[in-house]
Amino acid sequence: MTTPGARSPSIVALRGVSKTYDNGTRALEGVDLDIRESEFLTLVGPSGCGKSTLLRLVANLSRTSGGSIAWWGESADAMIAQGRRIAFVFQSPTLMPWASVATNVRLPLDLAGVSRAQSMRAVAQALARVGLGNAARHLPRQLSGGMQMRASIARALVTEPALLLMDEPFGALDEFTRQRLDGELLDLWLAQRFTVVFVTHSIQEAVFLSTRVVAMAAHPGRLVESFAVDEPYPRSASFRMSASFATLAHAVSTAVAKASADALPDAAGDVAASRVVQ
Amino acid sequence: MTDLRPSLARIGAPFAVALVMLAAWQIIVTWQRIPPYLVPSPVLVARTLYADRVLLAHSLGVTLGIALTALALATIAGVVAALVFVQSRWLEMSLFPYAILLQVTPIVSIAPLIIIWVRDTWLALVLCALVVAIFPIISNTTLGLRSVDPGLLDLFRLSRANRWQTLWRLRVPSALPYFFGGLRIASGLALIGAVVAEFVAGTGGQGAGLAYQILLAGIQLNIPRLFAALVLIAVAGVALFAATVALSRVALSRWHESALSPDA
Repeated sequence: MTTPGARSPSIVALRGVSKTYDNGTRALEGVDLDIRESEFLTLVGPSGCGKSTLLRLVANLSRTSGGSIAWWGESADAMIAQGRRIAFVFQSPTLMPWASVATNVRLPLDLAGVSRAQSMRAVAQALARVGLGNAARHLPRQLSGGMQMRASIARALVTEPALLLMDEPFGALDEFTRQRLDGELLDLWLAQRFTVVFVTHSIQEAVFLSTRVVAMAAHPGRLVESFAVDEPYPRSASFRMSASFATLAHAVSTAVAKASADALPDAAGDVAASRVVQ
Repeated sequence: MTDLRPSLARIGAPFAVALVMLAAWQIIVTWQRIPPYLVPSPVLVARTLYADRVLLAHSLGVTLGIALTALALATIAGVVAALVFVQSRWLEMSLFPYAILLQVTPIVSIAPLIIIWVRDTWLALVLCALVVAIFPIISNTTLGLRSVDPGLLDLFRLSRANRWQTLWRLRVPSALPYFFGGLRIASGLALIGAVVAEFVAGTGGQGAGLAYQILLAGIQLNIPRLFAALVLIAVAGVALFAATVALSRVALSRWHESALSPDA
């Protein structure tokens, strides 16, 4: 099996993108990035490197301060008009506490005006895919953290999005649950071949999941280096123990550390300023 | 079985306190031979409650009618105001100070004006009680409509929800716990507003509420009846509060922390 994404067409293209917040924090500077169709792209870096900011820009949830973003070669409005769907999975499950799991998962379809019969079918499918078939009528508070995150993923997948953005989705879970959900996510991705941009601060998680890992550094937030992961899927637990895994993880780690060290002298004032903000 | 003991204690403990206090009151009044026109004994108050039951029940009905009508109108008007405020920061900035103005002006000082301006006395009394009761509903509901999980708000934006969908499916359910908190406070305030307004208006005859009975009993030195009317006002207030608590339990029991039993 070949690694998808390497030579696939670019679906989201960022050119010279920067983002400066009103308080002067330079969250991102000079970002050039192509998100390629069907790839599993992971952004990894320390806190404050702008990973989440970058994801929100790609989702069109916030505006760039400079540079340009094209979605399928078009503007955001044109993308919306063409019905291209981008789904977002947040750090926390962000489920509506008053609504059942099924109602939560159905929300994007309800908002889009999909008929009840059609949406019920899609919801049942999405819940079955993440292994929550029996929990449809439960309230979020009756589920464990891992199950709530599964519901959140089901809600993201129910619209069959072309692009799935995930902002440290498993960061709050314990290591065992996280590894299980990583595996399940890969299975879903292999079966459906949507494009994923995944944000994490865990280098191990990044290397295990992705076709491509992009390392980022902070002050100002920027891309450092891109690493292709040429390990075939499905990936087993033994990949985590292999020499190639260790080599890649080390390379990513070194790149981040070197970039962070380089940035320190001239960005000292910036560090102090952003510490106040954080 | 586990949740039986706390609820038993919740009713039993205050009840025991009441028994002790009443017994002490009765004993002190009897031993010290305090005349009933100064402090009537609990037994005498109870007897007066029974003897004047027709008069007092009618007055209770009048006062409760005013308070409940005012509470209902305050709920409707307050929620509408909050919904308007949350539509635009500009509207909220321009109008919210007037809601505060309404809140900080003592009702005793506006009540005479309202009673002069509004020809129908009953309506004037309802208006007075409404002015007192509306603020917690406006402020709490506005706060609730704004206290939305930012992640969910992003999700709605990402799903291209329109303003109406966001309001109805996200803001309104998020605001419910806050709204019920406001309603709980407003229920007590509506009763207080009704009583204060009655005092100012001093309406007798068919429209005589509990406040008028207190006023009249004070003038006539019928202190046992004054106490009996006081007891009824207190009981009505507690009942109103309990009713709003029960209402919020029913509405939120499925999901909100405030309505969950401790071991659920």
